[in-house]
This record gives sequence, structure tokens and C-alpha cells, in this order.
Amino acid sequence: MNVVSRIEAAAHGPVEIAMAGERMVCDPSGALYLPADRLLVVSDLHLEKGSSYARRGSMLPPYDTAATLARLADVVARLRPAVVVSLGDSFHDDGGAGRMPEPFREHLLQVMEGREWYWIAGNHDPAAPDNLPGRCVDELALGDLTFRHEPSKGGGEGEIAGHLHPGARIVRRGRSVRRACFASDGRRLVMPAFGSLTGTLNVLDRAFAGLFKRESLTAYMLGANRVYPIAGGALRPA
Amino acid sequence: MKLETDPPSGDSAARLPAPFREWFAARGWTPRPHQLELLKRTQEGRSVLLIAPTGAGKTLAGFLPSLTHLAERPKPKPGAAWQGVHTLYISPLKALAVDIQRNLTRPVEEIGLDIRMETRTGDTPAHKRQRQKYAPPDILLTTPEQLALLIASPDADRFFAGLRYVVLDELHSLVTSKRGHLLALGLARLRRLAPEAVGIGLSATVAEPEALRRWLVDQNPAGRMADIVTVAGGAKPEITILETDERVPWSGHSARYAIPAVYEAITRHKMTLIFVNTRSQAELLFRELWHVNEDNLPIALHHGSLDVAQRRRVEKAMETNSLSAIVATSTLDLGIDWGDVDLVIHVGAPKGASRLAQRIGRANHRMDEPSRAILVPANRFEVMECRAALEANYLGAQDTPPLGEGALDVLAQHVLGRACAGPFDEAEFFEEVRSAAPYSGLDAGTFSRVVEFVATGGYALKSYERYARIRRMKDGRWRITHPRVAQQYRLNIGTIVESPMLNVRLVRGGGRQRGGMVLGKVEEYFLETLAPGDTFMFSGRILRFEGIRENEAFVTSASGQDAMVPAYAGGKFPLSTYLAGEVRGMLADPDRWRTLPEQVSGWLRIQQEKSVLPRKEDLLVETFPRGDRSYMVAYPFEGRLTHQTLGMLLTRRLERAGARPLGFVATDYSLAVWSLGDMGGMIRRKALFLAELFDEDMLGDDLDAWLADSWLMKRTFRNCAVISGLVEKRHPGQEKTGRQVTVSADLIYDVLRTHEPDHILLQATWRDAATGLLDVGRLGEMLSRIRGRIVHKDLDRISPLAVPVMLEIGREPVAGSANESLLGEAAENLIEEAMGGV
Repeated sequence: MNVVSRIEAAAHGPVEIAMAGERMVCDPSGALYLPADRLLVVSDLHLEKGSSYARRGSMLPPYDTAATLARLADVVARLRPAVVVSLGDSFHDDGGAGRMPEPFREHLLQVMEGREWYWIAGNHDPAAPDNLPGRCVDELALGDLTFRHEPSKGGGEGEIAGHLHPGARIVRRGRSVRRACFASDGRRLVMPAFGSLTGTLNVLDRAFAGLFKRESLTAYMLGANRVYPIAGGALRPA
Repeated sequence: MKLETDPPSGDSAARLPAPFREWFAARGWTPRPHQLELLKRTQEGRSVLLIAPTGAGKTLAGFLPSLTHLAERPKPKPGAAWQGVHTLYISPLKALAVDIQRNLTRPVEEIGLDIRMETRTGDTPAHKRQRQKYAPPDILLTTPEQLALLIASPDADRFFAGLRYVVLDELHSLVTSKRGHLLALGLARLRRLAPEAVGIGLSATVAEPEALRRWLVDQNPAGRMADIVTVAGGAKPEITILETDERVPWSGHSARYAIPAVYEAITRHKMTLIFVNTRSQAELLFRELWHVNEDNLPIALHHGSLDVAQRRRVEKAMETNSLSAIVATSTLDLGIDWGDVDLVIHVGAPKGASRLAQRIGRANHRMDEPSRAILVPANRFEVMECRAALEANYLGAQDTPPLGEGALDVLAQHVLGRACAGPFDEAEFFEEVRSAAPYSGLDAGTFSRVVEFVATGGYALKSYERYARIRRMKDGRWRITHPRVAQQYRLNIGTIVESPMLNVRLVRGGGRQRGGMVLGKVEEYFLETLAPGDTFMFSGRILRFEGIRENEAFVTSASGQDAMVPAYAGGKFPLSTYLAGEVRGMLADPDRWRTLPEQVSGWLRIQQEKSVLPRKEDLLVETFPRGDRSYMVAYPFEGRLTHQTLGMLLTRRLERAGARPLGFVATDYSLAVWSLGDMGGMIRRKALFLAELFDEDMLGDDLDAWLADSWLMKRTFRNCAVISGLVEKRHPGQEKTGRQVTVSADLIYDVLRTHEPDHILLQATWRDAATGLLDVGRLGEMLSRIRGRIVHKDLDRISPLAVPVMLEIGREPVAGSANESLLGEAAENLIEEAMGGV
């Protein structure tokens, strides 16, 4: 029965999963939504990545922040969360929030308006953004769920983390398809990176070693308007 | 042998110093007329293009001006002023530079010249390169990339101040690519640094020498040309088409039917060079030859993906004449002399006739004896193509790809290089750039945008001013903002963006062990399509793919099995425009069928009976039902790239017309589209008009819309991004893998396309894709040629001419934007699995 309801979900946009007794929705945008708490999670926005590279001489397009914010605004307008958790690496570096051009900052403030907002510290942005509202924390707990940037070493029961930018690859009929994905074994969930200029790391890479029970790993691959749950056994290494 | 010059030479003779005259005389030789002619013209300070067939003493001719000038140069007094490099030799291949040095050493020593010659390539150790900068040799033999590095150095003006000669070898092959654009810009720089220097271009026979003559000299004002010295003739090669009683296949490229005949030819010659068009063909042929190699003849394999050490062993064996035959791809193409080759066999259609001439030149490098060559067509259309190539070769009509407009990503690289050498004035530099032939049509506005791109990325949103790499100073000149910029530039130079390659390592047992032999390198995109357990052919063996670990693909031996995945096709050549025209002409003219084998001319006669054969300038379109589908087959003969683009656009239009197309397949000769709707019926009912379907306006919106999402654009953009310096090829101390570049460049492409679709780099990408991968220019010419000349034949069954392309259906992977449905399928499978378990 459970299986059938999942199949119906798979055919229409987002996919629902359950972890630590909590129902959550993997949205095709790469955000995670917990309807019971009206809580939205996004991870690894990497805002101002373009300007971070430009500072070092690679003139990447300065539009990544605008693109990421537009997608964030979309999903917020669609799901109307009361609480938003940005799961770390919200800015590509510590100076990112300060470098953000004023119109973008205002756009972000609009999106934040009227919502409880948490900035979780990431390895790229350990310091809190000082020109933005929202609470800065290292970790966040909600019932049996824990939100943190880097997946912990232990069993990870009920852990929702980011940092690794999971992606998955399948091969069908001689063609290879690679997409960002939510990765979960039912105990732990690693979020896809939400930022526009963020690449992916294959879930079968050794960086993920020990995080998931191999036999129950599923990659929820992001399609154009759908999320495709693919069993671990069907995945290919990078 | 005949010598032609233009304009006719004057009365005065070339000055050949005494030691040279004596050297020639001592060997019972006299300098050849073209050698003297070229010497005379350069002594008059003119740049010259020398066109000569292989074996005409081109190398000595090219260096005689430099050697004689160096011989007469007064000895520097002790403590005299520093002397820079005197002669620069540039070749497309590292190996060629090394080879030329070896060939020149003998005359230099025998004449007793006190000349220092050195090579400088990517392989030259850093300390030697450093020394070369402080104590330059008299003659420096190098590649276009090294030239770019040298002129980007702050002491370039000192280094090149004494430069007198620039010798450009294999010029016809240098000029057509982005490397050629980079080299043209480098040459323009050299003309400013050393105004006295004379350019000498060495080239094989080309259809349009004027383009090369312009390329050699300052194009500001446009249209000036270098002198030309042409050596015509030489013995005509003896070329035949393989005659066989075996059935020539309808389609495919393997030429398996010809193996016994090819083997027989090998046994009758000392050393046979067998050329094929793709690496997969080379692998297959090599294996098949060993199957029939009852005499255990030493037959070797040589192609670009094999391990370097393995290639060197084969080259060594060639040099010492210890091989009977060698199966090779274009890696052996350019004028390197090895061993006593007495027969060239070309398997598959030779595509461009000039390529054929070059390959046949490989056999017997003495000009007065004819080369011997056998063409082996792999299918029936190739029989016609071979025949056309053969006639073209005898007629001396040869084609080279047209010299393209200079690429903007290359220009961006050059602009940064110029700034690294020292501050520049924009207007002055613009004039210099326009003096390079590929950029003679460049407008000041575009140039400014490229400079802006180099400075801050050139974005409409001017947010990177404070991070600029180059900046305008108070005196108006541009300079780099930090020494780090120059360092980054040096690490990112070049125009060849390698497709990411992985080592193929042979291990035993399941790939768990490390440390087997490396067989060579294979493009990542090929390996991506393999699943563990798949077998494929590489390095002459059948291998089983075990998996990828870091940058290595682990394989085990699977001898005795069949290769399941035949698709490893590195390097495909398009059919040249000229040959395409010849093949169409042959098709249209039954008188010319007499030269074709009976099974091919018979095939054409049946086609004439059952359908029709188009006239040379017409386009035949056939429609017929088969199974529960409707097929449309068109025969433009414009090459696979053009047909692929045409196929993409036709299916879009057929979709709009309600024909419900399902797919298409393209070959070099024709194109088949199939649909659920009855296309023949729609044409009869006037619900579909072929003239509208094939209208040139498809190159407008349809092309734009299709391209925007195409992976072709992403791949092209990635190259442009690396060459232009937007994405770094390497960081100091940390080399990025090709994979990382791919990912980030794709994301950049998406962001840029959404937010600044007119960005200069997207324009550069579009231009590249249109000329290279899509052949839009050629498609446009074809569409305009066939306007009002479409011949439609509505048939009730497949025609003989349609058989070859119909046989290709199913061999091709599904094209188009099928990715989402593939993901869907994979998810459905999961569902089936889950449902089965309930």
C-alpha cells in the first residue's frame, strides 16, 4: 500500500518520503518541505559564487545570485512556508553577504519577510551574515530530526544535511543521464545543492562512504518538473 | 617537374654562398629551381608561399634562405650585443619539429655551419625553456602554442628583435583550425616586433592558394598577397579501386568483405600502410587481419588513443623496416618520413580528395616514382565516392576546408597574452589584429567587446570593475592589474581543449587488483555509456569493462567473445563539398557508370527503373510506407553533419505539420525520417508541401529554438569558455579534471543564456557551432541550391537507393531530448520491481 502511494506521487511532480516519523516532500526545485511544520529546507545556495571567482580572476557571469534567488522566491511563493532553514554554505564565502549587490539583498529580504529564518553555518560561510535578519545556528533540532550542514560520522538517524551536493547517474539505452538528487536510505537525508552554479558529486563517490546503508539507498533525481526515485542498484558511478 | 611562379621571376639570380654550392656539387646535386627561386625572392625581402608535393625537397627549400643568411652573418665579437632568435620554424606537430631538426642537422654539419638549432615544445623541460629565453638558439623549432607563450612574455621584443625568417610548415593544415587563428595573431605580433622578418609558408597542393598567400602577409590594407612558387607534377600516383568478387555491402563501414584481398596485397609488398577514417575501424580491421594472418606477418596498429610508449614502439619498428603492415588513423597523416612504405591502402571512403593525396604521398617518398595505392570502399555509395576521389586526384582538383573567420575566444586569449607582454594601446592593437588574415573583417565594436570581456567578463551588469584583470591606465593604455594574471594566462594557453580522457588499464579478475598495463586512453563520454560487463574493442583486443576508478577505466581481457559495443568512433571526417558534387554528378550520368563495378551500376539501373535518379543539381525525396510507418528519404549528399542538422529541423517542422515524426537517421549521403502520419499521402492531398518543408527559413527560428537546448551548444560553449579564459584549464598546483570543467561550464551556460543571451561568448559559441558541428553554412547552400528543384517520388515500397540508410536505422542511438523519458523509464522499472514484490 505504501509502495502504491509512492508510485502515484512519483508520476506527479514531488515525491513524499517519511523519516523519523515525519512526512516530507522532495520538491523538483531541490527544496525539502515538511508540511506538518510548514518548514522549508534549502541547502548550499552558494550565493555570490560568481563574484567570489571574479575576485580571483575568473569572470564568471554575475547572474548566479539573481538566478538562485528567483528560484528560491518561486518555491517560497508556491509552498508558503512559515519557517525556512538554509542548511549552510548559503554564501560561497564569508564576504558573500557583504558583496551582494543591493537589489539582490532587497529581493532576499522580501523573500524572508514574515518568516522564521535560520542560517545554519557551513564550511564556506562559518560566520553569520551580519547585514541580514534570521538566526544563525550551527545545528537545529525538530522532534527526532536534526538539521546540520555536514553529515555526521555516526548512524545519522533523522539527520538532514547538505554539503556534499549529491548527484546521480543512470544509463539507459546507451545514454547517460546525470542529475542532482536527494539521497536517502530512510535514516538520513542528504540534500541537493540549490545554488545555480553548484556542481554535483556522484552519490557513489567515496565521499559518501559510510553515510548510507547501501541496500536501502535511493536517489531522488531532479527532473524538469518531477522527482524520479531511483533505487541504489540502478545507479552508476561518475 | 615543372616550376611555376607568379609573378614571373626577374633576371637576377639567387645568391647561393660558396660553401653551399660546393656542398651540392660534392654530392653531384644541383639546387632545384624552386629552391633557388624561393631563395631569390626572400633575399629581395618578400614573403613566399611554396607549394610542392611531398618529396620535392620542401624542407631544404624552406630553410635555405635562413641557412645562407646565417652562413654570411659576421661572427659576433666577444662581449658583443645579445643576439635573439634568427629563424622561427613552426609546425602543427611536436614530432614534426623534432623530425625536421634531425633532417637539417646533416646539411648543417656537412656544410660546416656554426648554427645552434633547438626545439621547444610542451615536452621541453622547464630549465631548458628558461635557458632558451636568455640564450636563444639561432633556429628555434616550435609549435603555435609555444609561440603564443613566447610573445606573451615581457621580454618578447628583445627575444624577437633579430628575427629574420619565420618558416611555417604544413601551412594548409595549420590555418584551418582555431590553432591557425592563434598562429595568425602571433604572426601579426611578430610583424610588429620584427618588421624585417620574412614569412615562408610550406604547403601541399591546395585548391585556393590565394587564401594562404593572404594569410602569410599583413592584411592591413586587406588583399595583399605573398609571392608564390609552385612545383607542379611529380609522378602521378597509381591508384586503383580494390576489385573483388565478394559482394560489396549496402551499408556499414567495416569493409570486412575485403580482408582476404587486403591481406593478399600485404603479402605482395615490403611495407603496407593501411589508412582508415576512425579508430573503431582501425581496431576492427587490425583484428580481422590477424584472424587471417597465417604467415604471422608483423602487422601493427597505430592510433591516437593508444599509449604513447606503444605508439613509439610501432614508429621505431617502422623506421627500421621491421613491419609488413601498419593499420593507422590520421595520427600518421602529416609529412613524417618513416621507412620504406611501398603501398598505401585506404579503407573506407577517403572523404576529402586532398586528404587522399596526402595519404598516398606516404608511399614512396621519391617524387619521380609513382606512389601505389589501393582504395577499399566499405559500401556501395563509397564505391562511387572512391571513384570520384580517384578522378579528382588525377585531375589535381583538391579541396581544403575554407579558412574560417577568426574565432572570438581565441582573440580573447590573445588579448590577455598581449597585455601580459606589456601595456597596449587599443586602437593600435586593433590595427595589428586586423592585419591577421582571419581577423581582417573584424569591426572595432566587436574588438572592444572582446577587450571588455578580458577585463571584467564583459557583462551588462557591471559588477566586476573592481576585480578587473586588465585596466586602462591614465595614458589610455591597457595593462594587467596583477602579476598573478600573467601567471594564470601562461597556465591556460592553447586552443585544443581535450575531451576528458581516461586511462584504460588491463587488470586481472574483476578489476579488484591494481597495477596492470595501461593500454591507452579513451574519451570519457564513450566509457559513460558502458555498463560493467560490456565488451568493446580497443588496442586490438576484446576487453570487458569492469568499472572506473578515479581517472582510470579498469578492463579485463575478454578474448574469444564478441564486442558488444562497436561504437568507439574517434575522429570522423565529413564528405567534402567537392566530392559530394562529384558523386551527385556520377549518379546523374549513366555514361560514367561504366567505371563502376557491375554490382554497383546494376543497383543504380534498378533504382532508375523502380524510382528515379536525380539530376546533379536536384534533390530527390522519396516517400513510402513500410510496416505501420511512413518513411521519407532525401538524398542531398552533403555529409553526415549537414544531414544531421537537416534531420533535426525537418522533424520539428513535420511535427508542426501534424505528421507525427518518430525519428530520423543520417548518413554521409542521405537522410531518412519516419513517422506515424502518412507523409506521402499528406503530400498528395496537399496537406504538406516539400518546397515549404525544405525552405531556407528553417535556418531561422527553428534552428535557434533547437540549438538553445542542444548538448552541442553546451559542449561548444565549454571549449569557448576554456579557450577564452572564462573557465580555467588549470590552477597552479592543482589540475582540474575535465569532468569538473564540464559541470561548471554547463551551469555557466544556463545562467548566461537566461540572463544575458547576447553575451559575446554566447555569440562566439553560436558561430563555432554553426560552422563546425552543424555545418549550417553548407546546409544553407544546399537549401538554396535545391530551391524549386525537389523531385518527389511517391512509392509503394522502399527503393534500391534507400536501402543503405534504412539499414542504419536502429544502429543509431535515439536522438533528441529523450533524457526525461529515460529517467521516467528507469523510475518505471523501479516501480515494476516494487509491484512485483507486493
